Amino acid sequence: MGEVLFFVAGIGAVAGAIGVVAVRNPFYSVLALVSHLLCLAALFLLLRAEFVAAAQVVVYAGAVMVLYVFVVAYVGGRDEPLGPRAGSGLRAVSAIFGAALFLELCVATLGSGLQLIDSDGTPAPASFGSPEEIGSLLLTKFLLPFEVASFLLLIAAVGAVVLARRRGGLTAVEEQARYSAMDILRPAYTGTMAEGVGGRHTLPEATVTNTPQEAEDAS
Amino acid sequence: MTSLKLFAWLTLLFPLAGCITIALLGRMLPGRGAGYVGTGALALSFGSAVGALLALLDQDEHHRQVVAVAWDYANSAGVDAQLSLLVDPLSVFMILVVSGVSTLIHLYSISYLDSDRGYVRFFAYLNYFVFSMLLLVLAGNFLILIIGWAFVGAASYLLISYWYRRTTATRAGTKAFVINVLGDVGLVLGTFFIFTHVGTVDFLATFEKAPEVFESGDGDLTAGCILLLVGAFAKSAQIPLHTWLPDAMEGPTPVSALIHAATMVTAGVYLIARMHPLFELAPTAAGVGAVIGCLTLLVAGTIAIAVTDLKRVIAYSTMSQIGYMIMAVSAGAYAAGLFHLMTHAFFKALLFMAAGSVIAAMAGQQDLDRMGGFKRAMPFTFGCMVIGGLALAGVPPFSGFFSKDEILLLIGDRGGWYWGLYVAGYLGAFLTGIYTFRMIFRAFYGEPVPEARELEQGHMHHPEVHKNPADGEVEDTDVGFPGPEHHIAEREPSMKVAMGVLALLAVVGGFLQIPKVTHVIDHFLEPTFEDSALYHRELSDGLLGFGLLLGAAVGIAGIVVAYLIWIRNPQIAVRVRERLAPLHRLFVNKWYFDELIDLLVVRPALWFGAWAQQTFERVFVNGLLVGGTTGVVRAGSSAVRAAQTGFLRYYALLIVVGMVVLALYFLLNT
Amino acid sequence: MAIGWFLAVSALIFTIGAAGVLTRRSPLVILLCLELMLNAANLALIAFARMHANHDGQIFAVIVMVVAACEVTVGLGVIVAMHRRRLPIDVDEMQELRG
Repeated sequence: MGEVLFFVAGIGAVAGAIGVVAVRNPFYSVLALVSHLLCLAALFLLLRAEFVAAAQVVVYAGAVMVLYVFVVAYVGGRDEPLGPRAGSGLRAVSAIFGAALFLELCVATLGSGLQLIDSDGTPAPASFGSPEEIGSLLLTKFLLPFEVASFLLLIAAVGAVVLARRRGGLTAVEEQARYSAMDILRPAYTGTMAEGVGGRHTLPEATVTNTPQEAEDAS
Repeated sequence: MTSLKLFAWLTLLFPLAGCITIALLGRMLPGRGAGYVGTGALALSFGSAVGALLALLDQDEHHRQVVAVAWDYANSAGVDAQLSLLVDPLSVFMILVVSGVSTLIHLYSISYLDSDRGYVRFFAYLNYFVFSMLLLVLAGNFLILIIGWAFVGAASYLLISYWYRRTTATRAGTKAFVINVLGDVGLVLGTFFIFTHVGTVDFLATFEKAPEVFESGDGDLTAGCILLLVGAFAKSAQIPLHTWLPDAMEGPTPVSALIHAATMVTAGVYLIARMHPLFELAPTAAGVGAVIGCLTLLVAGTIAIAVTDLKRVIAYSTMSQIGYMIMAVSAGAYAAGLFHLMTHAFFKALLFMAAGSVIAAMAGQQDLDRMGGFKRAMPFTFGCMVIGGLALAGVPPFSGFFSKDEILLLIGDRGGWYWGLYVAGYLGAFLTGIYTFRMIFRAFYGEPVPEARELEQGHMHHPEVHKNPADGEVEDTDVGFPGPEHHIAEREPSMKVAMGVLALLAVVGGFLQIPKVTHVIDHFLEPTFEDSALYHRELSDGLLGFGLLLGAAVGIAGIVVAYLIWIRNPQIAVRVRERLAPLHRLFVNKWYFDELIDLLVVRPALWFGAWAQQTFERVFVNGLLVGGTTGVVRAGSSAVRAAQTGFLRYYALLIVVGMVVLALYFLLNT
Repeated sequence: MAIGWFLAVSALIFTIGAAGVLTRRSPLVILLCLELMLNAANLALIAFARMHANHDGQIFAVIVMVVAACEVTVGLGVIVAMHRRRLPIDVDEMQELRG
């Protein structure tokens, strides 16, 4: 029974993964990832990680993917043009090295001589992977990572708000996240990459660059 | 003992003090003040030299070589370097001659250079020169000798290019300095050769050890002595390092008188005399010296007959007479050579002073072709010149006669192949008579030139535009060019006194060492040369008598020939010149030595420099080394820059590739 | 099921995710592939936790999930900002680092 479930979930996960990579429309990629996550949750259950499986479904597939859906809807996400601009050589090389990576990982893990690889694992008590166990560990042995993770979430939330906020008008001057004394003392754009490559000498009138449509119109 | 050392130090330090005083305070002294200070310093120096002489004579015969040490420089690498002076009869003799003649020349220069804007500079340089020369002759070890040698060369350069805005003068100064440097190299290398065997640089210690360390004819010693000879030849203007002396006449006349007649050029003679123990152990080197001296004697004599510049005639005469001296001291006639040094200093300085007077009357013009008939306008100068000329030609009873004949006598006494030198010496004496009186007759006899006529009327010729007489370049009379006024002996008492004293010495100086009659010089110098096998020689009376007669005859014959050619029948000169045109050309062009050196040394050097710049510098250094290195770096960076494509995924791929490779490495290593 | 199978699946998913990052042009999809890789790592962690009957791997997986969430937040914020400024949503268009 376990084996059957494993194969079903496993094939589902791999299929989802391939779907994410191969599908042109980004929206469909998101959906493929959602299915992949659900299959992965099933695999977690097989491995006696109940809490993690639940967290995966609720947090990952529930919250993170919903965020993805929102963004894809907002941004638009057209069908991607075919063929990488960097040349098709990139595809071939990626495939080769990808395959090499897979082989190495398999060799590393499976051929590593770990005795328990071929078994079902050390016998574990019935409460293995239950929320009680995870919870108590989080509050005792792993208290610091737990707190740091919450701090990280806070930073990420604030960062997301800062990055995405709108600043009055399409012709806004490029804003700076922080003003420092150096901005008063030195000329604008000093020390930037743009200055380094000789791109900017004065304040630009508009920082907006053309979309490909407008670039085609101008040339 | 102490007073002798004190006098030696004072002799050395008075000119130095004079130089420093004039250099620092000279501008504050009014008018001719710098000149008086300089002359005063030298007079004090001469006084100290006399004091040293008296102190030396006070000591008994066997304690006449005194070393006065100031301090130890260093005792590294086994070189015992001390600031030490060797005070012995030879050095006292030399400092008397040097300081005495220098004092008189300083006196002469007080008036001669009066209107020159660089008056102060001149006396500072001149005092510095005398200090260096005294250092050279008083040196107690090779190091101080080399220091003095180099200083003298530097002073010579400074004084030759004294009128430094003239290109001819600066070029002449550079030429003199370069050739002197060659001599310096020879001197230093020779010192080294000797030092490696003897292990000390001190003179007395070296001379003591030399017979033990070297056997007669030792190869290293001969090489070292020949290198010392190179130094001597460069300083004393012997062939082939003589080309600087005629050009050195670009300096003011007192400079020519002091440096290039009486003192600096005699440094080579002093060197050989001082190193006589070494030269006696290396007869080959001594032979080389004698032969070169003889050769120079003849070549210079022939050139002097043909050149037309007044000072250059006297310069070649100097070269010729120094040839006599070198020949003498190389052949072992030390006292005779040094005696001739002394008498030569007297009459040559006198001749130069008189020539300076004539040139001043000609407002800077030195060409004999433009001179004539100054006898009535400048009687005093004429008299001095005649006295000097008679002494130079070796007419008895003037000083030159005794000194020159003593030399030739002793050379003949050596026998063997030295008879060739003997004959050459008398031939040279004949030539000496001719060119000396050619000069005198052409300048003073004949139709008076316009400058002479003006002078007879009582005012000196003053050109409208000042020009360089050598190449006609227009000059003004600012610093670095000769001053606007010229001074002749008849009008300046200081010049008269100086020339008078020298004339007197030229007349009576010879009586100090009449062969076989008076032996003042001989006896005085004996303590220095007592280790010499060649010093004490019995001269045969027959040879003596013959030599004296021949010498007198030859000198007077030369004068007569000159009279016949240039006074009685000037056409003879013209016809001879036409008949023997190639020979005349050879003489006038100074036997083409300058051209030879230009071909052998100067052109290859210039060619090498051009090659180095064009080929080596441009192609190899700039192209290959510099360009190659930058090219390689540039190519490498271009190659590496290709990896910066700007594509995000490309960079991600590189990360993956790196990860794969790393994992592979670790997998393989387990 | 033997633990080895789970590890093989994890390796496969990881490779697929890496290939996706290298191949796709839209930053949105690249982020999705990054999620794939993170999930593959989570699976490996859980598998090893089961192997040793130790909860440490599961805790680690939870933390990884937290980090993935943060990273997605910020990444999507950047994409929204890019869209705001009318920049093309295409990683190949952004070449200012070209040397």
